[in-house]
Amino acid sequence: DTSLAEVNSLSPSMPISPSSMINQYKFEDEPEIRDLFITVDDPESHITAIETFITYRVVTKTSRGEFDSSEYEVRRRYQDFLWLKSKLEEAHPTLIIPPLPEKFIMKGMVERFSDEFIETRRKALHKFLNRIADHPTLTFNEDFKIFLTAQAWELSSHKKQGPGLLSRMGQTVRAVASSVRGAVKNRPEMFTEMNDYMETFSQKINVLDKIAHRIYKEERDYFNEMKEYGPIHTLWSASEEDIAESLKGVAGCIDKCCKATEKRMAGLSENLLPILHEYVLYSEILMGVLKRRDQIQGELDSKVDALANKKTEKDLFSEEIGKLEDKVECANNALKADWDRWKQNMQCDMRSTFTNVAENNLRYYEE
Amino acid sequence: MEDCLARKMEITVSEAEKRTGRNAMNMQETYTAYLIETRAVESQSEGQCAPVDSLWRRYSEFELLRNYLSVTYPHIVVPPLPEKRADFVWHKLSADNMDPDFVERRRIGLENFLLRVASHPVLCQDKIFYSFLTQEGGWKEMVNETGFQLKADSRLKALNATFRVKNPDKRFTELKHYSDELQSVISHLLRVRARVADRLYGVYKVHGNYGRVFSEWSAIEKEMGDGLQSAGHHMDVYAASIDDILEEEEHYADQLKEYLFYAEALRAVCRKHELMQYDLEMAAQDLASKKQQCEELATGTVRTFSLKGMTSKLFGQETPEQREAKIKVLEEQIQEGEEQLKSKNLEGRDFVKSAWADIERFKEQKNHDLKEALISYAVMQISMCKKGIQVWTNAKECFSKM
Repeated sequence: DTSLAEVNSLSPSMPISPSSMINQYKFEDEPEIRDLFITVDDPESHITAIETFITYRVVTKTSRGEFDSSEYEVRRRYQDFLWLKSKLEEAHPTLIIPPLPEKFIMKGMVERFSDEFIETRRKALHKFLNRIADHPTLTFNEDFKIFLTAQAWELSSHKKQGPGLLSRMGQTVRAVASSVRGAVKNRPEMFTEMNDYMETFSQKINVLDKIAHRIYKEERDYFNEMKEYGPIHTLWSASEEDIAESLKGVAGCIDKCCKATEKRMAGLSENLLPILHEYVLYSEILMGVLKRRDQIQGELDSKVDALANKKTEKDLFSEEIGKLEDKVECANNALKADWDRWKQNMQCDMRSTFTNVAENNLRYYEE
Repeated sequence: MEDCLARKMEITVSEAEKRTGRNAMNMQETYTAYLIETRAVESQSEGQCAPVDSLWRRYSEFELLRNYLSVTYPHIVVPPLPEKRADFVWHKLSADNMDPDFVERRRIGLENFLLRVASHPVLCQDKIFYSFLTQEGGWKEMVNETGFQLKADSRLKALNATFRVKNPDKRFTELKHYSDELQSVISHLLRVRARVADRLYGVYKVHGNYGRVFSEWSAIEKEMGDGLQSAGHHMDVYAASIDDILEEEEHYADQLKEYLFYAEALRAVCRKHELMQYDLEMAAQDLASKKQQCEELATGTVRTFSLKGMTSKLFGQETPEQREAKIKVLEEQIQEGEEQLKSKNLEGRDFVKSAWADIERFKEQKNHDLKEALISYAVMQISMCKKGIQVWTNAKECFSKM
């Protein structure tokens, strides 16, 4: 039971007051001085007899004491990232783990190993690791450290340890069971609010994502037509004498407009589209987190019910219940703190990204 | 230009109305009638306004007028009418002739046509044109009485001449090439412009969706709510602005369209020249062959093979009296022919001279008009960008307050 163990290691005295725990997880207002810098780059493809896959270079620079060295360079493939994510989710079921880029885009436009796809994925992976590094709790996770520092063979042997497939399946079964049971009875108001918010947010962000893609597509179509528009004027100027110069001038301006449109499109695809997509994924993650929290609470509730029915083994149970209550409490607080943090981040991101879009459009029109 | 009708008279096509009536085959039809208002421009004393005369005409009457002018003044580049059916439409515009926007643009085009004719030094003096503007009843009959339809050259004749003419004036040949190029390039341009307009419309309108989602999203946000809401409003403004922008662009497209149709008018003049030239060449050829025939008969030598000659050789020569008679007839014909040729030559030269004068006038008009059109297009684009800057500056402010 790793989460309880963590809590115990941080504060040795019992009982733990809820408020002190919130402080543990609270995001500090002052900007942290970063001591962990990660980059993901240099995709390389590897061909074996069985499969072809891409590895990315992960470079870490740090000044932290717990790291043996100050610089690390390793190569990781997508599977390794998946592993890291699931380990983090296991260890911190109610913390918000950043999203990973999807396994495979079904949109049909992007081929599995096209340059565009690889580049988009690389950027998303880079973001993923950096978000973990920025998280006050996750950044100290042991598996995270191993991910950043271990050599390939070290990593695979480490991966083989840890809870097996069966226990993970058990978790999933319990999760499904609890979700089938429906809304948890004693869910604190705060989390119901969160749930409602997430539902609406998820809806809206998905729509926004679609709109942004649609705009990109329309702009691209516009650009394609514009490309033909300018040269016609040049062609015309060849038949004219008096107005030839004016026509050539118009042709030149239209071509400039074309270039400006290209820039605008690039701005969209580099900035707005990836962020919207990330938050689409985030909304899914958050729904998952909320479910897990409900699940933990469900465990507590069922134990409490059981206690009410079996008055005899009261003492034993109370301790267990006590532990579970703490667990729930922790989970709740972790979630709340993280939630606030996430929202702030989201706000910031949205703000900057839309401002960016606006700026791009300004630039476009000024040109 | 001082004597132009346009200077003496204010002409407007001020209204358009849907009418129903019966056509020539006594079937019911719907058509649009246009109100033409005219008012004499005199030096106004005491600020008195001259009375306004008005009458209604439909598109087919305009067509009749133009046909009359083209036939009666073949050396003039006659201004074109606005299109009969809507062409080069992009998706928002309808191709329906009854659509109010189309009718409105056609009204403007018809007014433009009348103004152009009225400002033409030759055309404005035409009586039929004047009565088109002033006499409601009986105008059609008046036009038909001129018998202009008889003077019209058949299409087939014209086509034939184009292929067979040997020595057309080089300038006309060049002009024909130019008008072909002009027509092809302008129609290409209009087609692409329509597509570009369509796409631009799409870009703007999708931004409107932002407005709705932002406002829904702002409902669940505390700090971001206000910023989102106002930004959404600006997105709506942005999306709505495209309608006016594209409407203005339609006017620009119409200006180009006029010159697209002018190309056809240019070609008509060239065709007339080719026809006249061909006629001339045929007449000259005919004269030459008659002269030769005459010579042969007179000298008795047969230089060219002819069935008649053959038969007369086989079945006996003709009598000297018969020959004398034939020669006399031929000599008369030759005399006639020479006179005809002279007058045709003169006609041809006159035509070339006056046609070329009008073509020069047209060229100047075209260059001036197209330059102005291009300038106004540029101005439109600048204004569009300025609007865009304004909207996005506002949006940016809203976003930064989120």
